[in-house]
This record gives sequence, structure tokens and C-alpha cells, in this order.
Amino acid sequence: MSAVADLAALPRAGEDAPARCAHCGESLKGPGRFCCAGCAGAYRLVAELGLERYYRGRALDPALRPPRPPEDEVDAALYAEASPDGTAALHLMIDGLHCPACVWLIESALRRQREVIEARVNLTTRRLRLVWRGQRDGGAKLVGLIQRLGYRVVPYDPRRVAGLASEEERRLLRALAVAGFAAGNVMLLSVAVWAGVAGEMGAATRDLMHWISALIALPAIAYAGQPFFRAAAGALRRGRATMDVPITIGVTLAAGMSLYETIAGGAHAYFDSSVTLLFFLLIGRYLDLRARGRARSAAEQLLGFMAQPATVIGADGATRRVPAASVAIGASVLAAAGERIGVDGTVAAGRSAVDKSLIDGESLPADIAPGSAVLAGMVNLLAPVTIAVTAAGERTFLAEIVRLMEAAEQGRARLVLLADRVARLYAPAVHGLALATFAFWLLRAPWQAALLNAVAVLIITCPCALGLAVPAVQVIASGRLMRRGILLKSPTALERLAAVDTVVFDKTGTLTLGRLDLAAPPADGEALRLAAGLAVASRHPLSQALRRAGPEAPALPGVVEHPGAGLGAATAAGEVRLGSRSFCGVSASDDDGLPELWLARPGRAPQRFVFADAPRPDAAPVIERLKRSGKRVVLLSGDRRQAVAATAAALGIADWQAGLAPGEKASALAALAAEGRKTLMVGDGLNDAPALASAYCSISPATAADVSQTAADIVFQGLSLGAVTEALAVARRSLALVRENIAFAILYNALAVPLAMLGLATPLIAALAMSSSSLIVVGNALRLTRGAP
Amino acid sequence: MNGLLLLIPVALALGLAGLAAFLWALQSGQFDDLDGAAGRILFDDEKDDRPAGPPNPPSPRRSP
Repeated sequence: MSAVADLAALPRAGEDAPARCAHCGESLKGPGRFCCAGCAGAYRLVAELGLERYYRGRALDPALRPPRPPEDEVDAALYAEASPDGTAALHLMIDGLHCPACVWLIESALRRQREVIEARVNLTTRRLRLVWRGQRDGGAKLVGLIQRLGYRVVPYDPRRVAGLASEEERRLLRALAVAGFAAGNVMLLSVAVWAGVAGEMGAATRDLMHWISALIALPAIAYAGQPFFRAAAGALRRGRATMDVPITIGVTLAAGMSLYETIAGGAHAYFDSSVTLLFFLLIGRYLDLRARGRARSAAEQLLGFMAQPATVIGADGATRRVPAASVAIGASVLAAAGERIGVDGTVAAGRSAVDKSLIDGESLPADIAPGSAVLAGMVNLLAPVTIAVTAAGERTFLAEIVRLMEAAEQGRARLVLLADRVARLYAPAVHGLALATFAFWLLRAPWQAALLNAVAVLIITCPCALGLAVPAVQVIASGRLMRRGILLKSPTALERLAAVDTVVFDKTGTLTLGRLDLAAPPADGEALRLAAGLAVASRHPLSQALRRAGPEAPALPGVVEHPGAGLGAATAAGEVRLGSRSFCGVSASDDDGLPELWLARPGRAPQRFVFADAPRPDAAPVIERLKRSGKRVVLLSGDRRQAVAATAAALGIADWQAGLAPGEKASALAALAAEGRKTLMVGDGLNDAPALASAYCSISPATAADVSQTAADIVFQGLSLGAVTEALAVARRSLALVRENIAFAILYNALAVPLAMLGLATPLIAALAMSSSSLIVVGNALRLTRGAP
Repeated sequence: MNGLLLLIPVALALGLAGLAAFLWALQSGQFDDLDGAAGRILFDDEKDDRPAGPPNPPSPRRSP
């Protein structure tokens, strides 16, 4: 993270770096110290609480959401839990935590509230546990405080979300600690034995060393080997041979035979080899799990943004807040302006506009009037409306999309990894060779010696190099990607990514920023000032785009919003109107389908404002690079034809389709797959989720809907689309390294196995061969950290 | 030889003590937030200056 470098760009004590908001650090367009009223409020609040140290100590991460107070409000009291001793507790996920200073700010601000008993933020998982004295609804004030400081919060149910991953992580870490302790001590004793091979050590001393080693190693193997034993048992039950099977057999046989040798007073004790093998492999497993756990928690952060409660209007006119999933069909639900609708239904009363980008990728809001259908997931923008519910919970269109996606995802689970394919061949080959060795020596020597040689074959072909070949590369590759803000969620993603030959993009929010902005400021600056002044009164995205274009314009008094038409205000000269062309009395028929607003002023010609959803800053070069590297680039969008055509032309994509429903996107991908193409889907909207799940591999930005993040294999942070090419390049290089590692492991075995079959292997040779092969494999993987991908 | 009989148990006991300490730290949640713990020490000189109220006033018990 380049967070530290960013320190320099932030306001220091006493002076302000120019053109940066003093609170959120975003670059400023207009004069003043703050980008918005929310940030000014947050700055005041921090000062009131006496926590200004925050601004000196923090390091903002430009890839994350700036700490700007959010507008949406969270009904925290519904999720708080009261306990009988008069306290209440709330678990929150916090979006926008940048650094330890953020943790300190939130904790200190909360602890200054008289009723707060406990406030603890976990920076790794981005979760806050909050306990206060009093009733459940006391939480609303505390949650409001966190939001006013600039953080988005999502309540979550700790029983549902937390637990599983971290419990697994702890179990592996415990196993790792035990294996590490055993490996260190057994190796210490083994070195003494090897040093004594020259002759000074008597047989009795050697046996004592072996017995102590057994005492340490056997319990350690029994405990630390469990992750492998259990996975191997599971794989065998399903009739498959994964890498866990030869690991389990090798470790168990080595331990068993060493015990036998120790009892018999022999020289061939392999306790050190089996324990170090476990130790190395557990390191790989733990790092792998940790990397994936991080990606998971990033996706979880956004979980629940959609779980908004609904306001039900009872027969007596009273309103009640209930979870959206439990609303009855036929009930009346009130959707306030700015609220995400939680149910499917038809509008019963009121006029407004909805943002339906989550459902179909459409960038322009749609007007709704009594009789219009609305779907769960849309955001009501302008005015409150009453909705007659037709479906809620599992029956909504939104839930249908999630089901579509799960179905597609199951089809992908059949993919077999390269390492598993090797393991399938490796296990029978090694076991066959061991059996042949046993048979060969049985004819020439007593059965004990024959067994000893057979087991030596199993140990020397120890799957160490093979077992580390893939995880080592994967851990280093995911570490490298994570530093660039790219999180691998699926363990097979890298391997699939390397095979991709077609890249499919979504438009809104993926190739573009998903936000409408004024395309070109009009020549008439006065018109822009007036329009921006009118627009202050509205939450419509086009109005907000005007506000961003003219932030310094004073708000016009007495603005009236006409939902579905525009804004009007009476001035001394007459009525000023801002809105659709019919509302402003424009009759010209030059409608090109682009998002527009008109400004009608008394005595002047109407002024037109055109808006566009700007492409991500590096979209064009990324697509150019993809095309140069021989990839086919396709654009599939649910947006209108004109908007898609404009973006495709601007970015040089010849192959595009517009107006696709979520299911149609998935079938377009299926058609590409039928042509034998390996597709990489890049998308963010909920409407992309089925396509993300059915593509060969998928990437989603961290700003995407949480369902999409869950569906995607890879999640990237920040505005740069360069993450796509970076991930592709790293994947290609890691696959090459994995192949090299596997080839090396096979070569090593080809040299070592004949030695063991001839009965020439000793514990010293086994330990040397094993450690050196593991180190070479890891060293080769480390090459990935250096140089360009 | 006699030295070995003393030193090996001592070495093992020290190793076990380290292992036990690590497992205890893991169990008590000290490895739950590695990123946060690293930065926490930079800020922890702040004293708890919340207005002194009555310690835990007995709140009326009501079933939730």
C-alpha cells in the first residue's frame, strides 16, 4: 500500500495542503477547505471531541473509499441485542477504515460517550464490537456518530458471518506451532545423531536420541497432521486422490517405521523428515488460507448493504419498521427518498424516479408513477412513494438472480487443478514403485529389510517438493497481487486466469465509473451557476452531477420538485425551470438519446446540459493492451444502445451487445464457451452476477454489489482497470513457475527414487534431499516477487 | 553423557514453555488483529478522559 507516501499530501498541523478536502483528503474542485457539508461537519465533530490528532496521525489509502460521511442511514437498532443486565451490544462492519488512526478515532469518539462500555475495532476484519448501557435504540445515536465521522457501517449477525474462517485459521496456526516446536527439537537431536555417524556415538546413545525424538514427534504428528489426515480421508471417500493422500501415507508410514526401527534399535529413524515435512506444508496451507480469508472479508464488508428494513403502513395508518424479507404480500410499504427498496411491487401512490443500476446496469434513473413496477434493489431517489407488495424475501427478482448465479457456480466446481491432476498420476506411480521394491527385496533379503527399503522409497519421494510447488507460487502470487489491491478469492483462479483468451466487460461501473457527470460545461457560466443552484434541492443523479460541476453556486430559494419532470423556482424575472425537454418547453426533435437536462429561463433560449458516464481513467489503454496481447475483447451491457455504442466507440471495442438481461449475459458467455473460448468476465452490477459465475474466470471491482463480489474469483480495489492486465500477467507467470516447479519435483524424484530402491537411502540423505528440494521450489517461486510480471 | 541427560530435558522444557506461551497468546485473541495491533501502540498514550460518572449505575431491568 502506498498509504505512507500519501502522508505528505495531507494537511499538516497549522497549514493546509492546497486543493485537498481537510477531512476526506479528496481533491477539491471549488474554493474552501471542504468538499462537502458532510466533511465540514465531520471536521467540526472531530475538533469538538478533541481528537484532532487523527489528522496528523492518519495515512489515507487512495484505493479505499475516502472518509466522507455517507448519506444513507442505517437502522442499527433493529440489529442491536439487549442483554438482561441492562446493556445492549451491536456488531458492525465498517467500510472506509484506512489505518490505525481511523481505529483510534472511532474508538476514542465512542468511548467519550458516557453510556459506552466497550468499543473495539478490528482493523484486519474491519469489524466493530460496541456495547453500551441502556436500551437497544440507544445504538442509533452511536451509529450516527460513526457515520458523521465519515465511515459507512453495516450491521451484521456475528453468528452468521464470523467464526468459520477464523476458527480454521486458528486451528492451522496451532498445528503450525506444534509442528514447528517438534521440528526444531527433533532436528536438534538428529543433527547430534548425524554428527555421531563418524563413530564416536555409541548405539545406546543413538537409541536414546531416537526414543526422545519419538516422544516428541509422534504426538506432534498426531496433532499437527490432522488437517492433512482429515482432507485425505475426505478425498478418498469421494474416490479422488489429492495431494493430501500421498502426504498422509508418507508421514504415517515414516513415523510408523521409525518407531519400529527405534524399538528394534536400528539406525533408520525418519522422525525429523516427517515432522519438518509437516511443518513446511502447514506454512503453505496457513498462508494460503490467510490470503483467501482477506479476500472473503473484503466481500463481506458490503454484505448487508441490501438488507435494509422496510417501513410497512398498517391498516390504521401507523408505520412499523420490519425486516424486508418478512413483509406480507399485498401489504403497503413506504419507501422514503434515498432509500433502497427491499421488496418487489407496484407503485400505489406518489411519483419519483428510481436508480435501477443494480438490477439492469442502466445508468439513467427511470421515472415511476402509480402503476409502475419496482423491484427490490432499486433506490428511490426523489420523493416518498407507497408500494403495494407483490413479492418479498426469497421470491423477489433479486433473490432469483442470486439463485441463477449459484446454479452457474456449481458447474464450475468440476474443474480439476493442475496439482491434483499430477497427484492423480503421482500417487499410483509412487505406491507402485514402493510395492515393486518390496517384492524385489523380498526375494533377496528378510522381509524387514524389504519393508525398510519400500518405506524409504515412499519417504524419499516425499511429496514435499510437489506439495509445495503449487502453494508456494500461489502464496507469493496472491501476496504480490494483494499489494496492488487485487484479492484472489478462489484458489483455482490463477490457473484459470492464465488460460483466458477472451475478456468480456460490463459497461456501467466497470469500464465506466458508474457516475454521470456533466460532459462539457456550457459556454454560458451563468446558466451553469443557476442550474447548479436549482439542483441543490434534488437527489436526482443528474442534479447531483450539476452540483459537482458548480459546487460554489448558491442554493436558490423556493425550489419545487416535480417528480418525473424537473425542478422549478419562482424568481423576480419569472419561473426558472430545470428538467426534461417537455417540462422546459423545448420542441426540437434532435433527441440523440443521451442523458440531458434543460434549463428554461424567462426571456432566454433554453440551455441544454448533456451528461456522460466517464470511462475509468485507464480503460482505453487497458483495452488496447489486451487487444495487443491477442485477447478478444467483448462488451456486454444491460444499458441502452446509444450509451453502449458511445462507450464502445470511445474505447475501440468492435464487439458489443446492449440491452441484455442478466440471464442473456450468462447465455452470451455460454455461447462463447461453446466456441471453445476461455472467458474472463469483468463486471460489477448485480445484473452481472450470473455472468460472473458462469464465466471461466471472473473479476469484480471492490465497489461492486456484494453478490457480484461473492460470485467473482478476484476482487480489485481502486479506480484503475490496470488490475485486469496485472492479474492476467501475474497469472501467466505463476503458471509458468508452477510448471517449472513440478518439472523439478519430477526430476528430483527420478534421481532419488532409484537410490532408495537400491536400498542406499539413509535418514541423513533423506533429510538433505528433502530440505534442499523444498528450498529450491520455494526459491523458484520467490522469483515472482521481483521484476515485471 | 551426564550433561546430556540434564541438558536435553532443559532444552525441551524451554521449548515447551515457548509453545505454551504461543498457544496461550493465540487463544486469548492476540493474533486476531495483526494490522491493528501494530498501529495501536502509536496512539495508546491517550488517557481515558471521559467525564467521570457514577460507576455502572444500576439500570432498571427490563426483558428485551
